[in-house]
Amino acid sequence: MTAVAEIMDYDDVVARFDPVLGLEVHVELHTNTKMFCSCANVFGGEPNTNVCPTCLGLPGSLPVVNGKAIESAIRIGLALNCEIAEWCRFARKNYFYPDQPKNFQTSQYDEPIAFNGYLDVTLDDGEVVRVEIERAHMEEDTGKSLHVGGATGRIHGAEHSLLDYNRAGVPLIEIVTKTISGTGARAPEVARAYVSTLRELLRALDVSDVRMDQGSLRCDANVSLMPKGASELGTRTETKNVNSLRSVERAVRFEMCRQGAVLVEGGEIVQETRHFEEASGTTRAGRRKETSEDYRYFPEPDLVPVAPSREWVEELRGTLPEPPGERRARIQAEWSLTDAEMRDLVNAGAVGLVAATVDAGATPAEARSWWVSYLTQQANSRGVELAELPIAPAQVARVIVLVNEGALTNKLAREVVNGVLAGEGEPDAVVEARGLKVVSDDSALEAAVDEALAAQPDVAAKIRDGKVAAAGAIVGAVMKATKGQADAKRVRELVISRCS
Amino acid sequence: MTELIRKTAAELAAQIHSGEVTAVEVAQAHLDRIAEVDGAVHAFLHVDTEGALAAARAVDEDVAAGRPVASPLAGVPLALKDVLTTRGVPTTVGSRMLEGWLPPYDATVTRRLREAGVVILGKTNMDEFAMGSSTENSAYGPTRNPWDLDRVPGGSGGGSSAALAAFEAPLAIGTDTGGSIRQPGAVTGTVGVKPTYGSVSRYGLVAFSSSLDQAGPCARTVLDAALLHEVIAGHDPLDSTSIDAPVPPVLAAAREGASGDLSGVRVGVVAQFGGEGYQPGVLRSFQNAVEQLRSLGAEVVEVSCPSFDYALPAYYLIAPSEASSNLARFDAMRYGIRVGDDGTHSAEEVMSLTREKGFGPEVKRRIMLGTYALSSGYYDAYYGSAQKVRTLIARDFDAAFATVDVLISPTTPTTAFKIGDRVGDPMAMYKADLCTIPSNLAGNAAMSVPCGQSDEDGLPVGLQIMAPALQDHRMYRVAAAYEVARDAALGGAPILSVPELSGAAR
Repeated sequence: MTAVAEIMDYDDVVARFDPVLGLEVHVELHTNTKMFCSCANVFGGEPNTNVCPTCLGLPGSLPVVNGKAIESAIRIGLALNCEIAEWCRFARKNYFYPDQPKNFQTSQYDEPIAFNGYLDVTLDDGEVVRVEIERAHMEEDTGKSLHVGGATGRIHGAEHSLLDYNRAGVPLIEIVTKTISGTGARAPEVARAYVSTLRELLRALDVSDVRMDQGSLRCDANVSLMPKGASELGTRTETKNVNSLRSVERAVRFEMCRQGAVLVEGGEIVQETRHFEEASGTTRAGRRKETSEDYRYFPEPDLVPVAPSREWVEELRGTLPEPPGERRARIQAEWSLTDAEMRDLVNAGAVGLVAATVDAGATPAEARSWWVSYLTQQANSRGVELAELPIAPAQVARVIVLVNEGALTNKLAREVVNGVLAGEGEPDAVVEARGLKVVSDDSALEAAVDEALAAQPDVAAKIRDGKVAAAGAIVGAVMKATKGQADAKRVRELVISRCS
Repeated sequence: MTELIRKTAAELAAQIHSGEVTAVEVAQAHLDRIAEVDGAVHAFLHVDTEGALAAARAVDEDVAAGRPVASPLAGVPLALKDVLTTRGVPTTVGSRMLEGWLPPYDATVTRRLREAGVVILGKTNMDEFAMGSSTENSAYGPTRNPWDLDRVPGGSGGGSSAALAAFEAPLAIGTDTGGSIRQPGAVTGTVGVKPTYGSVSRYGLVAFSSSLDQAGPCARTVLDAALLHEVIAGHDPLDSTSIDAPVPPVLAAAREGASGDLSGVRVGVVAQFGGEGYQPGVLRSFQNAVEQLRSLGAEVVEVSCPSFDYALPAYYLIAPSEASSNLARFDAMRYGIRVGDDGTHSAEEVMSLTREKGFGPEVKRRIMLGTYALSSGYYDAYYGSAQKVRTLIARDFDAAFATVDVLISPTTPTTAFKIGDRVGDPMAMYKADLCTIPSNLAGNAAMSVPCGQSDEDGLPVGLQIMAPALQDHRMYRVAAAYEVARDAALGGAPILSVPELSGAAR
């Protein structure tokens, strides 16, 4: 018999317990090359093609730090209001796993590059929560393993395992919060808002693709419950495999309900890694941390210490984008948005996209409309995030310009966008290829109008009698005849002028 | 023709570059010598006949065409320690673990040798992963000392030192983590240099202990070592610990020293290295060397370096700690042997089975020592304390070099011991590196130059000369001057009294 996890009602949980969170976010930097070698840092690719002696950990190979990665790490640290170490080192984290080429990860331990910072996070109702940052440190990613056969898809019991080292050595920044407490029932929302704000910040810094679906931004959520009035922290679990913003919120909420159920029954929380199951919205037990793992950290002797000069740090501070909170306030004012409109924009992850679209020549209202309505629908139906749609702000701006010029109707514009999303190229190319240009040649339209009037003499008579509203039927017929490629407004004008 | 093998690298280079002999003839003479004696000596794990002859032909073509040769050592043969990767040529590190592995890349040292036109004859035997002082820890059987085939040639670089003493090669490359160049040099009567840490690239040097490992030149004369030193040293962007500074002028210093004048040079004798545990004949040879240095004009004083007493225990915490991590990569997943991959074992089990089979007992001992020393709860007491000792040793050196130009000591407490004598007693084995370890921990330059033979067993003794970091040229000057005086006193180079090995098949 398998034990079905008992779940406590959420309101009961927050009535009896205070949730405490700790969030660890791993960000893959999108530097041109890997952390310690000159292999290309690209997602995907044929397995084991972006590899060299260093990232394969071949005997004799040595690491050399990617200066751009250090620069990105410092900029992230500064953007998170951290102190930047004047001197820090890499350390080896020793553990055996086949996708770890050296069987140690070159990371940072007690000397992170950035520490003691914070990020202000705005919740849906406008409340601002300050999340304190413990540290941000540099490390390298592992390869990927695929365990074939066996019941669990894990290494133990697998029939065979396949290893791809393309990702091995990709630069990572791990950002760790201090414990987040006192958020009560809003803990899951705070978790999501934190990751969302962090993602927005990282995107503005242009240091990472921040795609949760591709793993370039990964969140591990540590959750524990403390009985109301208690002062000692409860035992925590660490939930992994949280691959979207929505999942962050769901995973935290589920863990709170699951732990609450265990605790009220007098049970004990097992300190363990848990995996979030997207489909069911639940977490399942993973590796048990029976003894705290001993990684035998020691300073990496193959690398020299990193000692960023204060001049350089200040120079990098000058390259920081506007902080997310200030940026939102400015944009809301500039675009004259209501709080609700702004919130929709933020929740859709569209602030940057709209801004870029405006920069490319669209008005804020048009740009916002496209991104929060039609494109959001498209993203939802594809199950991807808005930023992941294969259309660029500049392309959206071009479509808007074509509509304003009268070259496209709104309906045609959507078809053009569909074409871009389908990979048919730039908007103008789609217009060309699909033959979507508005029919603006009056003689062609006049012919179509005359034909429609002739086909519906009774309607034509009504219009001639001054019943202008009847023109709609003729316009409709013309639009149908021209496959929607006519400008309806112009058609209407023609209909009325032909009947007057 | 056979006399080619007795010549120094400098002499061979001059003859090849002037067209007097061809590089192919020189290479072939050494290949013939290897064929003749290596059955008895076992200095080589792999002889690359084709590669050597091809490299020699390229040099001959340059000479024939009147083009400038690639370097002062172009065409001279060399024996390369099997710890440095060679593209497409086996690199085993003396371990079963890497049996059959063909590296896809050249170490920087290998690349520099090739670019200099040096003819690499093959790869030399060594203690597995450079862990040992006798070459008995090689998975492929021990190397024998050409002075007495029942004795060890030192280690870990016993293959390289034996190849020189057996006249199988005039030049060799070694690596020195705790004395693996100098101690084999001492017990085979050859010259071995550990350059300043960071002055020779470690890229492609299969790591034992990253913060200590340093490759260096091995030869039969100080001048030859200097010539080779200048070929392999220099900044390498592929090694982050490589020093971005000009190579110390070691060749000029060796030439200057050969004039035989050491007036004004202050030499410090390390007080801690002598007395109990030291073979009397070794100490007498060392004292003779001290007197000769005085007679050359050097001012000799005794210097105390009290922290050196803790060098050995500190080393046996730091080196195994780093090794336990460096050797973790040998897990059968990407290269080397694989044991137990029969469809019934998981990847994790294959990793364990392979490591059980692939590593020898000394390697396992050190992995266990290092794993323990780095464990949480023990780190501060072991690894942390050892790092503090390391700092103290560096301070002792700094203090000593404030008053003297170089420090000297015997290279190793005894002459070559018998094969098998210390196999069951790791501590006795470890003590062979007593005098060499401080320079690894501090990272400064050190070398061993032959200082005659012990009067009780007729076996070679080494004089260790140590210099501050990046002052490698100081010790070359002293060594070259001493070499001249020594040979004058002995009536010839001591290496020439190594027994004839011809036909010594065993």
